[in-house]
Amino acid sequence: MVKGTTKAPGRYEIRLAGEGGQGLILAGVILAEAAAIYDGKNAAQTQSYGPEARGGASKSEVVISEGEIDYPKVIEADLLLAMSQEACDKYYHNLKRDGILIVDSVNVSRVPTSKAYRVPITRLAEEATGRRLVANVVSLGVIVGLTGIVSRQAIEAAVSARAPRGTKELNLRALEAGFRAAEELKAQVTG
Amino acid sequence: MTAQFMQGNTACAEGALVAGCRFFAGYPITPSSEIAEILSYRLPALGGKFIQMEDEIASLAAVIGASVGGMKAMTATSGPGFSLMQENIGYAAMTEIPCVIVNVQRTGPSTGLPTSPAQGDVMQSRWGTHGDHPIIVLSPSSVMETFRLTVTAFNFSEKYRTPVILLMDEVVAHMREKVDLPAPEQVEVVDRIQTNVPPEWYFPYEETASDVPPLVSFGQGFRYHITGLFHDVRGFPTERLDEIQPWLKRVFAKINNNLSDILMYEEEDTRGARTVVLAYGSTARSARHAVRLARARRHKAGFCKLLTIWPFPEEAVERLAHTAKRIVVPEMNLGQLALEVERVAGRHKVRRVNRADGEMITPQQILEAIEG
Repeated sequence: MVKGTTKAPGRYEIRLAGEGGQGLILAGVILAEAAAIYDGKNAAQTQSYGPEARGGASKSEVVISEGEIDYPKVIEADLLLAMSQEACDKYYHNLKRDGILIVDSVNVSRVPTSKAYRVPITRLAEEATGRRLVANVVSLGVIVGLTGIVSRQAIEAAVSARAPRGTKELNLRALEAGFRAAEELKAQVTG
Repeated sequence: MTAQFMQGNTACAEGALVAGCRFFAGYPITPSSEIAEILSYRLPALGGKFIQMEDEIASLAAVIGASVGGMKAMTATSGPGFSLMQENIGYAAMTEIPCVIVNVQRTGPSTGLPTSPAQGDVMQSRWGTHGDHPIIVLSPSSVMETFRLTVTAFNFSEKYRTPVILLMDEVVAHMREKVDLPAPEQVEVVDRIQTNVPPEWYFPYEETASDVPPLVSFGQGFRYHITGLFHDVRGFPTERLDEIQPWLKRVFAKINNNLSDILMYEEEDTRGARTVVLAYGSTARSARHAVRLARARRHKAGFCKLLTIWPFPEEAVERLAHTAKRIVVPEMNLGQLALEVERVAGRHKVRRVNRADGEMITPQQILEAIEG
């Protein structure tokens, strides 16, 4: 066995996991696009899902790096977003020791560590916009708010660019709700 | 152009358009569907044609027909559809009609794992259709390479009057990366050779100095015949011994005499390397990652990526095998291109790294093979 990590330094790996239909692949695309196009870094986004049109496990992976990205998948996640219990159970073991776990507390009740960020992402989406559909964009606000892995301007620009016609304001409200949740979480930790 | 964040399948569609493709016939199948989807609206906007056919057999038949009509034509599919296309790949090879077939590999056999990557069609892409025939198969490992090799696939197909297969895999097809596509006018595009003789002097299968006879489109007043039977210079069926094998030798020669043009591969740190990792497609990304890690750990490791996998770059591999102690061949199958490497380098020099469960080979797996 090869000892130690095979991950290159300066590489940040994000795994967004849940069920088909939760918009996780699009969330990964937006996050990676924010890093690659609007922040000028390198990013690769890959995905894995079953043959079902809806439901079934779905995951989206984003690797962000200052350098070239060869292997485009997650080796050892720096951040895991779990939008379903199954995703949380399945991928927690592959989170780095000091990695960040964010769970949608609406869907995930059994959390494997006390250090997890529990955020009612789906409920926040409904409260902020009236639509659960934008939970993926709320999660982007939480992720960027907690980690700063891309700049706020970059994620706002990427969300705006990918929002379907007539939904830009709605999506930016969802993003803002995620940022607010992240601020509250950070205040609790430091407070 | 400016930087775009683009998927491999999109880059393939864009590459086809830049290469001059104006006809697509296909049947959607994961993980290639985006290519058809994009071309279904991009082609009509450019005055081209898009047809969703009843199946993959008809798809390639339509592509071949369009090509004889003078259009650059393409289809895109995956495993099960690629199996159905084999018959018409042979027809295109036999009739020397240019066309591009994109096969985005997923895990097989049969319906397999429709959404998961594999590299299990390497041998099928070479010998899937029956009979001796030449073929060119290119395999990209990034979104940018997908764009570039799609253009090259069209260029080779037109230049050598042969079907060309772009052998992608699900990772490259669905992965998104930043690309900066060149402006269309900066891309070299090759068109098929036309004739300057009058119609009555034209022979579509005539021996020429380049071994590639000109191809005149149907409908231009040139009368000739096309058949899947062995044929004479006019295209009519023949059973003459002095026409059958010479034809076969010519169609092999048109590829084999141009290997310096057709064979594409990239090497890094192979000079003085004890171990060379030789890879293609998305696995080349895991391989390069592993080689960089190995070199950081002071192993004398080198990396070679094949962009052309058929014809197989024998001389390059022979040269690598001459200097390296070992060649590691990672593939998302149970050992296909490794058979060719073993043939050239000798079995004792080759270490296979295989995985066929629908997941990418990790850098760690390859690193273990380098260090072990």
